[in-house]
Amino acid sequence: MNLFHYASPQTFYPLAGRLVPVFAVLAALLAAAGLYLGFFVAPTDAQQGEVYRIIFIHVPAAWMSMFIYLVMAFWSAVGLIFNTRLSHMMTRALAPTGALFCFVALWTGALWGKPTWGTYWVWDARLTSQLLLQFLYFGYLALVHAIEDPRRADRAGAIIALVGAVNVPVIYFSVQWWNTLHQGASVSLSKAPSMATTMLWGMLLMALAAWAYTIAVSLARVRGIMLERERRTDWAMAEIARAGAAGGARA
Amino acid sequence: MKTRHKRLAWVLGALTLLGAATALVLNAFQDNLVFFHTPSEVADGKVPQGRNFRVGGMVEAGSLQRSTDGLSVSFRITDTAKAIPVSYRGPLPDLFREGKGAVAQGTLNADGKFVATEILAKHDENYMPPEAIDAIDRAHKTATTVKQ
Repeated sequence: MNLFHYASPQTFYPLAGRLVPVFAVLAALLAAAGLYLGFFVAPTDAQQGEVYRIIFIHVPAAWMSMFIYLVMAFWSAVGLIFNTRLSHMMTRALAPTGALFCFVALWTGALWGKPTWGTYWVWDARLTSQLLLQFLYFGYLALVHAIEDPRRADRAGAIIALVGAVNVPVIYFSVQWWNTLHQGASVSLSKAPSMATTMLWGMLLMALAAWAYTIAVSLARVRGIMLERERRTDWAMAEIARAGAAGGARA
Repeated sequence: MKTRHKRLAWVLGALTLLGAATALVLNAFQDNLVFFHTPSEVADGKVPQGRNFRVGGMVEAGSLQRSTDGLSVSFRITDTAKAIPVSYRGPLPDLFREGKGAVAQGTLNADGKFVATEILAKHDENYMPPEAIDAIDRAHKTATTVKQ
């Protein structure tokens, strides 16, 4: 199979359309299972009591906010090097979801910080670099929306995405490199997780749900972007006409 | 060399340079990036003199003393190598316990006592149900009795 076959909007549009409902359903099922495990099955934490349950939202959101930024940097690099239009569209489709997860991670962290640490916010390396990630997302979105010409907007956005990617390892390793108030990783590839099994499963299911959700919404969003940008091409006009006809038939 | 190879080289080169520059900057500001200093650093005099700083570590087991007014506390913060005495007046966070992590902000007075104006609890990365903690404590006790 030739991967470049799906690199053109015309062929990717119907494929994305078929994938969206699959991942949307998957996200709903995984989130339901993860939330049930997290809030009804997982035991109370010995130190923190019930407030620890914020990790079922906080950790998957924080992971996703970092991962989405790396994926945006990847698509930006592909877009700059191969000059593929679809890559830049993918970067743009991912950005709002990344910004959302980053926002959720910061807020849930603040709400957890008050009862456990005794403060909503401190300027330690982990929290500050995560806040920087939020500003990078906002900066990316503001920049691409401020430039009228899509090609120039894509280029400028790609540069922010690539430059900002340097921040992601800083966020991840900040708790190892410097003394921070934020605790180290409970779950990592290099050691056994320091967490009870049901807690871990709840968190992993929620992380998978976040993945499925991200795939579903970014594919739905990229379909919109493709139609808008290619609206003067034959295939897009045919798609729009068909959607219009289907909508008319339903009404 | 094809155009896209040239562009690949540009992107990789720029990212490498940027990464190296970031690493150098972060390395240069190492001292400013730490959220707190350890008691060992305080003992070695590696802390800012005459102004506010934070010291962090474990609250030494058995060192916590509450005064009769119920607001002032004193305890020792340790990194297992060195410990420094801390005094504080005010509410403590719920998770502040002996043997657990804490970060105190304040100044060092003339006789080496740390006068804190704010205390934060530092949580560790372990998440366990109470039964698991009990089991660990029991195992620990058995191990110490066996040794004796």
